[in-house]
Amino acid sequence: MSEMLNLTLKVWRQNGPDDGGRFEEYRTTVADDASFLEMLDYVNEQLVAEDREPIAFDHDCREGICGSCGLMINGQAHGPQRGTATCQLHMRKFHDGDHITIEPWRAGGFPLIRDLAVDRSAFDRIVEAGGYITVNTGAAPDANEIPVPKDVADAAMDAAACIGCGACVAACPNSAAQLFTSAKMQHLNLLPQGQAERWARSEAMVETMEEFFGSCTNHGECQEACPKEISIDFIAMMNRDYLKAKLTNRRRIGQRKVG
Amino acid sequence: MTLQLDSNVPAGPLADKWDNHKFDLKLVAPHNRRRFDVLVVGTGLAGASAAASLGEMGYNVKVFTYHDSPRRAHSIAAQGGINSAKNYRNDGDSVHRLFYDTIKGGDYRSREANVHRLAQVSVDIIDQCAAQGVPFAREYGGLLDNRSFGGAQVARTFYARGQTGQQLLLGAYQALARQIHLGTVTLYNRMDVLDIVLDDDGKACGIVTRDLLTGETARFSGHAVVLATGGYGNVYFLSTNAKQCNVTATWRAHRKGAAFANPCYTQIHPTCIPASDEFQSKLTLMSESLRNDGRIWVPKNPDDCGKSAGDIPEDARDYYLERKYPSFGNLVPRDVASRNAKTMVDQGHGVGPLRNGVFLDFADSINRLGESVVRERYGNLFDMYERITGENPYQMPMRIYPATHYTMGGLWVDYNLMSNVPGLFVLGEANFSDHGANRLGASALMQGLADGYFVLPATIAGYLADLLGTSPVPTDHAVFDTAQTEVDDRVKRLMSAKGTRTVDHYHRELGRIVWDYCGMARNKEGLEKALSEIPALREEYWRDVKVLGDGRTFNQSLEKALRVADFMEMAELKVKDALHREESCGGHFREEYQTPEGEAQRDDEHFAYVAAWEYGGPDIQRDSVLNKEKLVFENVKLSQRSYK
Repeated sequence: MSEMLNLTLKVWRQNGPDDGGRFEEYRTTVADDASFLEMLDYVNEQLVAEDREPIAFDHDCREGICGSCGLMINGQAHGPQRGTATCQLHMRKFHDGDHITIEPWRAGGFPLIRDLAVDRSAFDRIVEAGGYITVNTGAAPDANEIPVPKDVADAAMDAAACIGCGACVAACPNSAAQLFTSAKMQHLNLLPQGQAERWARSEAMVETMEEFFGSCTNHGECQEACPKEISIDFIAMMNRDYLKAKLTNRRRIGQRKVG
Repeated sequence: MTLQLDSNVPAGPLADKWDNHKFDLKLVAPHNRRRFDVLVVGTGLAGASAAASLGEMGYNVKVFTYHDSPRRAHSIAAQGGINSAKNYRNDGDSVHRLFYDTIKGGDYRSREANVHRLAQVSVDIIDQCAAQGVPFAREYGGLLDNRSFGGAQVARTFYARGQTGQQLLLGAYQALARQIHLGTVTLYNRMDVLDIVLDDDGKACGIVTRDLLTGETARFSGHAVVLATGGYGNVYFLSTNAKQCNVTATWRAHRKGAAFANPCYTQIHPTCIPASDEFQSKLTLMSESLRNDGRIWVPKNPDDCGKSAGDIPEDARDYYLERKYPSFGNLVPRDVASRNAKTMVDQGHGVGPLRNGVFLDFADSINRLGESVVRERYGNLFDMYERITGENPYQMPMRIYPATHYTMGGLWVDYNLMSNVPGLFVLGEANFSDHGANRLGASALMQGLADGYFVLPATIAGYLADLLGTSPVPTDHAVFDTAQTEVDDRVKRLMSAKGTRTVDHYHRELGRIVWDYCGMARNKEGLEKALSEIPALREEYWRDVKVLGDGRTFNQSLEKALRVADFMEMAELKVKDALHREESCGGHFREEYQTPEGEAQRDDEHFAYVAAWEYGGPDIQRDSVLNKEKLVFENVKLSQRSYK
């Protein structure tokens, strides 16, 4: 049977990008089989009953796959459970009497919208820069004409599992987006279909990333925070591809090969 | 009947219809395409693939999503796979077999020509997605792997682990991102579409949007409007749909004249995790594949329902599916499995703290195969179950219960996917066309991508060609003034109600009515009760709903309030449709119409038609007008389904 938890929440409230923002404290009692977001739903119902504006936060599928949700819970991106997005975190991971601090993703590349909601559209810009394979609808050969070794397909799938939630950026002391960018890039760079644009893609995605986000200093926090447990090995692969891209792409425009 | 519903199905043999039709359709030459503005609403599989394909062809596209990124549409949550008649298994599959399975699975309530075309283009979808880099499961030789799914005796389902929808959507999203980068498509994110605008001739010419960040409403005009806005499953409040899935765009189009077809057809998926408490915000689906190795049972004696499963001896258990359907057992189709679970719970045999589930037990499989094999097959699902319930399904049976999953009904469209409003096209789950009264597993992804990649890009040219040389209606035209004023008024009315109860409270209430009386099993008495309760609830909602804050800011309560307002109207039409359809078919089970064995009893003589409802006025049950499109079956023989 479910147990009721008495909780004290410290929640970041900010009316908009120009507001200073502050923490507000709320007390609530919820069943331990509620999800974390259901707990927030319930707090919002309480707030509205008291004529106070509800807490804004992004969420949608509540199945850990759309990547909309993302909260800093007691300083951990997506909270204490490994490999779990905020929406799949349940209150049984907490105890009666706990104090829980809830903050938005804090990163220069993710401007705040309101309360716990941030703008992650920089991720879309990175994908638009080169995170695709150019193939117009109708132009594809039969699917089995391009064999892909199983281990390659599996590695590509490991990278492609990224849900674009932004936890990697939020967890990083430098607000770097290397894990996201490398996952998006290596999904395609590993596959035979992705080879034609490999070097152009690598350069374009890294350079777009650098317009918005900080630099990687190998802390590895991103990998710990990732709800899909994507490995930082992909960052090493991205760095290799970026370096090669710099050399390869120069050669293509007629410059002498360097090194 | 006041509408002229011409399905525009081309003449000729079934297998040649689509090719002949493509040849007969007018074309728009490449250099003329940039003269056409097309508005695409929604960025799920259907919307993203349509917008990307139209952009590639050279049309001037604007695409709208209420999410922060196109990649978050709920197509992303589909787990199992996508069907395609590739016959890579050499097991006798063909376009005709996929067509036949889909028509039969839909309990003979879909249009033959549309379904056949779906089966035909299913082959191209896999090619397209593989070329885009969708990481489908592979065999050691590097070629594509398949598995089999419900309602089929061949292995034609392609998959990417348990995340097929995610990977297909990312493929479409990436194709869309390329077009955004190239400038053929303009993306408008965090933008709700709150009305569809018709010109003086009744043709779709634009939309009214609300910017979710600033609250500003705005107008966009185009030569055509494409709605790819998904289904209406959230009318039940609790469903497997994402929280923001809504009926607003299609309902608003309906109010402007588009016929809404078969709104009573809803798929209730049998294997979801039961609700645990009153905080529950949504239900989570567990893949249908679990029924391959899990046995479904309830205690025979209701007094045992409080005991833990291990304390209930074998002879006190009722494996009711195996008992009633010995040949199909636990693998009966979705609608049959769902109804039987409901019967057991209604008769007091439900298990779990709220007595609202049935057991799905893996103990026998674990004994027979070993825990490691079961872990290999279902490990990720078992983990998800444990995350949500806190119970370990290796040690105790799962508890499952049916939940709303997919809606087969939607806006009426012809063979060109155009609604009865000229220039208004409807794709994917938002239209009614391909799944009849019940959708087969792994067919939703197929339909979304078929519509977006291959059907619409061909058919929309047939409409646009006649508009060459015309400009879209200017956004300062009176038709836009009226529409925007109406949207602004609706926002103001909700903001100024200043009532006592939250939007969620009313949404839950609505969901309870629709679930209780128009859920898995329906009867005349209950449906009439719902028809009396819904208008009263709607009236109370508009008077008493409490939306705090400002309409001119990021206000998630207001977003919900606008959506629930439309569900309040749509629900009434759904119930009215269920009441009028005096037969059982697929997901629509009327208790009065069942075979002696308790199965769905169709009435082909009187109900082999599409019920396309026309909006008649705000009193929906009184004013809605029924129009019928007769379903003609020339290539399949109608038969009664049996799973004994």
